[in-house]
Amino acid sequence: MMRFILPLVLFLILAVFLFKGLGRDTREVPSPLIGKAAPAFSLPTLQEPAKQFSPKEMLGRVWLLNVWASWCEACKDEHPVLMQFSSEKVLPIVGVDYKDKREDGIDTLKKAGNPYDQVISDADGKVGFDYGVYGVPETYVIDKTGIIRFKQIGPVTPENLRDKLMPLIAELQAK
Amino acid sequence: MRYFLIGLFCLLPSLSFAAVAKDIADDPVLEARMIHLAEKVRCLVCQSEPVSTSHSEWSQDVRNIMREKMKEGATDQQILDMLVARFGKSVLYDPPVDNETAPLWGAPFVMLFLGGALLIYQLKKRRGKVVDATLTAQDEQRAAELLNEPSSKDHQA
Repeated sequence: MMRFILPLVLFLILAVFLFKGLGRDTREVPSPLIGKAAPAFSLPTLQEPAKQFSPKEMLGRVWLLNVWASWCEACKDEHPVLMQFSSEKVLPIVGVDYKDKREDGIDTLKKAGNPYDQVISDADGKVGFDYGVYGVPETYVIDKTGIIRFKQIGPVTPENLRDKLMPLIAELQAK
Repeated sequence: MRYFLIGLFCLLPSLSFAAVAKDIADDPVLEARMIHLAEKVRCLVCQSEPVSTSHSEWSQDVRNIMREKMKEGATDQQILDMLVARFGKSVLYDPPVDNETAPLWGAPFVMLFLGGALLIYQLKKRRGKVVDATLTAQDEQRAAELLNEPSSKDHQA
């Protein structure tokens, strides 16, 4: 009897591991920036290049940093989700127009609507690099003390907004 | 005619003068050092390719940043540390041994130990099972007969 049970058990263990592996997105690399201070920077805003934005301005508030670009296809899927979320006025959303031409960024927001409280232009992608961006869109939740608490790689969907982002934001805002 | 055509085809490679996009530093020593370092870094967009050969925009950016940092005088280790701080240890093809990666590095040895233990256990178990067969005189005789049988059948076959 043991002769049959043991291989079966081993097979089941292996199957569980392989099945789990199938369901994982290997592109999603855990960010080492979670729990660390959001890297400091100063960048011009998209609409008014003379005006600068720095994460320091957001201290004391929980906020969302969303990295997007006009050339990014997945951002188009994410856009309506952000529009809806922004209308709920839960927290300020700062957009980073990553490696994009200024005109293209402005044009996209004009046509599709602007979900952001502020949009900054990271034309050469240096700030994106500091934030460990490698697949746009990416979204960071930053707490009142300027610590990165969560990073979403790929588009924000209504599901992960409801299941992950919202509970975390509520928890951070209550602090 | 055929040789003329073959000759023509031999000339074809000389027509391929496509240029590679300029993506190199002016200093060949620095470029070689950068490529050597970039071979150790995983392209996160393409996963199975090192940054040194990847054509993805992200890899190009990383190569440019490596060149810049090298020009500023950063050591290879400083550059790798900078990448790990931003993208995590999985950007390195050869991740360092630490608490987080210890299971990964230790697993082969654990497997080897378990396999060895299982093998020894099975061998010991088998030793108990194999009966030491002693042949009777009759058996010996029969064996000798079988072995010494004239091999006429072999010739037929």
